[in-house]
Amino acid sequence: MSISPQQTQSPTLDEKQPLDALVQSFASAGGDVAVLLDPNTAKLVVHQNRILRVHSVAGVRIEGAETSTGAEARIIVEPGVRLDRPVHLCFGVLPKEGLQEIVSEFEIGEGAYVRFIAHCSFPAAERVKHVMDAKIRLEPGADMEYTETHYHGPWGGVEVLPVAKIYLARGAIYRSVFKLTDGAAGRVHLDYEAFLDEAAVCELEAKVYGKARDHIYVKESIYLNGRGARGLAKTRIVASDECTSEVVGEIVGAAPEARGHVDCIEILKGKRARASAIPRLVVQDERAKLTHEAAIGSVDKKQVETLMARGLDEEQAVEVVVKGLLR
Amino acid sequence: MPSSESGAMPAGEAPLLRVEHISLVRGNTVILHDVNLEIERGEIRSILGMNGTGKSTLAAVIMGLSGYEPTGGRIYFEGEDITELPVWERARRGITLAWQEPARFEGLTVEEYLRLSQQFGRNGQLGPAECLSRVGLHPQRYLHRAVDDTLSGGERRRVELAAVLAMHPKLAILDEPDSGIDALSVELIVDVIRTLSRLGSAVLLITHHEEVAAVADRASSLCGGTILKTGDPAAIARFFRNHCQECTHVNKPAADAVAYLG
Repeated sequence: MSISPQQTQSPTLDEKQPLDALVQSFASAGGDVAVLLDPNTAKLVVHQNRILRVHSVAGVRIEGAETSTGAEARIIVEPGVRLDRPVHLCFGVLPKEGLQEIVSEFEIGEGAYVRFIAHCSFPAAERVKHVMDAKIRLEPGADMEYTETHYHGPWGGVEVLPVAKIYLARGAIYRSVFKLTDGAAGRVHLDYEAFLDEAAVCELEAKVYGKARDHIYVKESIYLNGRGARGLAKTRIVASDECTSEVVGEIVGAAPEARGHVDCIEILKGKRARASAIPRLVVQDERAKLTHEAAIGSVDKKQVETLMARGLDEEQAVEVVVKGLLR
Repeated sequence: MPSSESGAMPAGEAPLLRVEHISLVRGNTVILHDVNLEIERGEIRSILGMNGTGKSTLAAVIMGLSGYEPTGGRIYFEGEDITELPVWERARRGITLAWQEPARFEGLTVEEYLRLSQQFGRNGQLGPAECLSRVGLHPQRYLHRAVDDTLSGGERRRVELAAVLAMHPKLAILDEPDSGIDALSVELIVDVIRTLSRLGSAVLLITHHEEVAAVADRASSLCGGTILKTGDPAAIARFFRNHCQECTHVNKPAADAVAYLG
């Protein structure tokens, strides 16, 4: 089913139940429900392969089409549009089992400014696969923020596969935060690649809290192809219990005055948790400069003792450090 | 020459802190040797000493930090032996430590940090905004800042002092709060120490700045892991100026210094 861009679709009776449940799941995770119902907020709500709501606003066109396994979406922000309110994208699979593949294209016009807030809810997941395949193109001077927050149930039966290719034209700015810190992460395989032209700026950040037997793989690659392009690949992971975590932060400096930095912290909680970090810096122009820092280990002793000197016991102190890191 | 201190507390009342014959030896290195120290309620005590004489180690031992377990001696707080207690239990009894280079916390705001510090502190504390004002930081500008690398070293040290104020401890151990800061900030630190004292906290002040040490009721000189002398801050500062700053015998008291003290 294809839905025209200017249409605000009201849910039918059989759609209302999953919509309410998605909204409820979003609310219980601390989200502001009012924004999902606000007519002045652009949004796309997809449950499994059903588009429950799509709403465009002036300057932002959202087109959606259902597929057998999920949905295709095209989001176009007109040149020069500067949105005060973020665009909300709400995805989820409410049953214990299911597949959701979201294939999306974002086109952000020259000089436009837009924020996206994506919520992904899988509250009952025991065998759920969620694929996000995004192509994001920012025209010169465009500015986009994308925050994706996951709300998972406690069973760890989610496979999350976010893949994005991001193309930044001259002077464009892109910042993204992928956050999976509530519930059981399950199996996460994140793969983001960004290609930057002259003076473009890209910051990719991933925060994941792995528990039980979760497996987390994060790969963030930034190609600094234009003069003065700047990139930051930042990862914060806490791996507890028997969780395994692997982070690849990759930056290629291929232009004069390009600047890039890989910043990775992985904290291990538990003797059977495992973590690795692979920073990969490739300099193809002698005038580029790339740096990296990575820290893997238990929670910093000094941080813990500082909080203990204020009266928190060790467990409370570790929790404060971990929550702050993943905030 | 170990000192033996007897406080001026009323008969029958234990001093707030009593450090008794504390030693710390690592391998063949003596870091603290037979340290004796008593601090009264509300007293400001400064410890003067050159780098490497054991000042920060003494602070860590009193706070109970891991890796600083004494190899001899006992520590009493309000008459109770706390030598075996973990850091957090000592803190809940009213001891805290402000580090010379405080830890930084991603994702934790200054306000949250100060509120955490209040959680197990005493009644009658100052609010977070008031604490920041007392250390010369504008609350509106700093309450929502993160306690992370975006704060300068001086700002972070001031936030640490604010956290101590927020906790309102019975004993605040300040480890070189004046380290690497400008003259104006030194005045401010002296004000904060006085505020702590007015609010009823005792302060153990570790420093090698004479002007900061002068705020104390009593001062002690530490050399070679041993307290050489306790007395009037001006006299101890004079001794420090005349004997310690030219000192070439790190971690070993000089015979002439011992002789000078009689």
